[in-house]
Amino acid sequence: MNRLTGQTLLGLTLLLGTAHAAPQQGGSITVSYKDDVTTLDPAIGYDYQNWPMEKMVFDALLDYIPGGTTLSPRLAAKMPDVSRDGQTYTFTLRKGVKFHNGRTMTADDVKYSLERVLDPKTKSPGQSFYTDIAGAQAFVDGKAKSVSGIAVLAPDKVKITLNAPNAAFLNIMAMNFAFIVPKEAVAKAGADFGHQPVGTGPFRLKSWVSGQQLQFERNPNYFMAGLPYLDGVTVKVGLDPSVAYLSLQRGEVDLLGDGIPPAQFLQVTRDPKLKANVFSRTSVNTTFLSLNTGVGPLKDVRVRQAINMAIDKTKILRIINGRGVVARGVLPPLMPGYDKAEAGYAYDPAKARALLAAAGLKGGFETTLYTTSTDPNPRIAQSIQQDLAQIGVKVQLKSLAQSSVIDAASTPKTAAMVWSGGLAWTQDYPDPSDFYWPILSCRSAVQGGWNWPFVCDKALDARAEKADRMVAPAQQAARLKEYASLFAALNKQAVWVPVFHEVRYTMKSDRLVGDVDNLLDPTHFINYERLSVKK
Amino acid sequence: MLSFAVSRALQSLGVLLIASVFTFSLIFMLPADPARLVAGPSASVQTVNSIRRELGLDRPFAAQYALYLTNLLRGDLGRSYKQQTAVRSLIASRIWPTFQLMLGAVALELLLGLPLGIWAALRRGRWPDRLVMGFAFLGAAAPQFWLGLSLVYLLAYGLNLFPLGGYGGLSHLFLPALTLGLGGAGWYARVIRSSLLEVLSRDYVRTARAKGLSPRRVVVRHALRNAAPPIISMIGLDIGVFMGGVVVVESVFGWPGLGRLVWDAIRVVDIPVIVGVVIFSAVVITLANLLADLVQLVLDPRIRYA
Repeated sequence: MNRLTGQTLLGLTLLLGTAHAAPQQGGSITVSYKDDVTTLDPAIGYDYQNWPMEKMVFDALLDYIPGGTTLSPRLAAKMPDVSRDGQTYTFTLRKGVKFHNGRTMTADDVKYSLERVLDPKTKSPGQSFYTDIAGAQAFVDGKAKSVSGIAVLAPDKVKITLNAPNAAFLNIMAMNFAFIVPKEAVAKAGADFGHQPVGTGPFRLKSWVSGQQLQFERNPNYFMAGLPYLDGVTVKVGLDPSVAYLSLQRGEVDLLGDGIPPAQFLQVTRDPKLKANVFSRTSVNTTFLSLNTGVGPLKDVRVRQAINMAIDKTKILRIINGRGVVARGVLPPLMPGYDKAEAGYAYDPAKARALLAAAGLKGGFETTLYTTSTDPNPRIAQSIQQDLAQIGVKVQLKSLAQSSVIDAASTPKTAAMVWSGGLAWTQDYPDPSDFYWPILSCRSAVQGGWNWPFVCDKALDARAEKADRMVAPAQQAARLKEYASLFAALNKQAVWVPVFHEVRYTMKSDRLVGDVDNLLDPTHFINYERLSVKK
Repeated sequence: MLSFAVSRALQSLGVLLIASVFTFSLIFMLPADPARLVAGPSASVQTVNSIRRELGLDRPFAAQYALYLTNLLRGDLGRSYKQQTAVRSLIASRIWPTFQLMLGAVALELLLGLPLGIWAALRRGRWPDRLVMGFAFLGAAAPQFWLGLSLVYLLAYGLNLFPLGGYGGLSHLFLPALTLGLGGAGWYARVIRSSLLEVLSRDYVRTARAKGLSPRRVVVRHALRNAAPPIISMIGLDIGVFMGGVVVVESVFGWPGLGRLVWDAIRVVDIPVIVGVVIFSAVVITLANLLADLVQLVLDPRIRYA
């Protein structure tokens, strides 16, 4: 940013600042969810619902600037010092940060928290994010009592060494799994730590009545000056989205955790008064049709390309009330490395038929499509079935429970096509490697993996590994370009039909003050510490 | 009577054992790997395997079942995969709300069903009879999900008579209990109507009438007493029906009971919670039926000789 625009922006901000007064301290809000919260243990919780709540109680060394993907220091005093080879990261901790139990956080807590996630006894779904730390695998296998790559240099200094340079490592250190927990509180609560969480975060858990509600109160010793704005947050669970919507109308709820219920969606978005309280943003996810490269005619790239051309994505968007944008490639728009120029496959049934004929399948063929049985996915699957029938592909639908779809999709040579609706891939952290390694690499193309097309291109793996070693800031643009070209190559192989990127909608009450960056944050979904209420 | 009670209790134990084997095998056959679900999508195969070992899922069916049964006899229902808390304490925290809901539903069934049924029987073939039978039909046919949301919209949101949902006092209880009990109320009305019609045609009723007793006295003192036994066993059976119904009703109204617990568990394939609730429900249903049989035995001496 040059100086002039900087000053102009500053002036504008001040001007706007006088129009919109600074958020006021005090007050509390109520948020609704349908499902119960399972746990607030950051090593264990792994879904949209508990992540923002964990974020209320805990902090990581690093975080993102609200609403974006730019890393910033949090419990760390500054961004870490990175060695020239990109393998060693030295973090200096912020001074005087206290846990809710009153004890000062130290570098030992950082080491303990990471080792806890790696410990198989914790059964953490985040374990594999951290196995690239030197000595982590030996620790996981029980061959070492601690992780050699995590060294406490001083009470406020911790050094982490990796087996190989990894440009996404700092993103991994900003994940919920890397939230810092105090050892003695975990020991005291045992397996119930998820219900009695103790962290350094802006709020403390005040009470949790199972199946009813969780109450959070302001942490008076929070290290971020002036935050949080709210005195308390009540999370009500068990509210059906339709009932939650009525409760919001009545002023009993301030924010719809599950978003606007489909039945009320059109009514809300067409009503100018209601619309003012509706926020939307394209989320960092891609919903796709996976094409199994190891099953029958789908082994032929021309067949997979034909399927890509035969599917009318705009028709699918209509089924979901337009709550999405058409996807042309693997990466969603908010993801670094997203390629605006990627054209994808245009809807062209005639060309699709020609490609099938070229593949020797003029008369079409029969295949199977798996989908979860919750609405609207079976309806979308039917739309795909009709589209494919146009080019002579007869599709048998298998509409099953979510867990059964996952099982079939992750078993080699089983599910020819899988509709990912309800199971779409959403970023764990904003780096393109998170859309490559867990879902499209050789190491995930195994029984039980999430690489449903079972695509394994060793050359692409090698390129991704090379890109991940580009850790210097000057290399970032080149790295993202490399990933873009890697996804373009996968698009050519047509292993997925990328269909849409979901647009998330949420609705708030008149009294709740918060903007789209805090209500629909790409990483944390809701930044509770930055919400406030009108007095 | 004691031998009857003992033999029924033994039967109940057998039923429980079968229920536990059945549930356990069903879940064992489920085409989903709980370890994979616990591990999450980004986990490596090694992580999944280590979780499978931690949870004992790598052992054969018989070994897993035997371990489960031994723990069960000690009162240990295992730990939830997702919440990692003891299933026993999860269930314990949800029993009272579900019990309140069932009690409310039974009360509403009786309060609505019995008077309506009697009214219909006494006005047989006339418009009150047809009206009640129509209500019974609709009550049984309406899906609970739809019924619940309609009641919320009309009575809670529209007329502002009740809270929109959640757990609390009687005002919170009324709508969910009504949703759960409305179908049953219609059923009770039908049963008491036909039972009463049958009793009213008996000789002793004719005798009572001939003695010059008032119609009210004939119905209340003589006919109803003999028409009541089927209602007792229906209440016993209802507990079973309710156990299924609470899953939907509790989800609609945000009632923090066992139905919601098992619904959430099914969603995330939290097997220990699912099995725990099923086994607990089997115990409750068996006990309720046993109790209903014993009460009937006391009320109606003829059964003793049957």
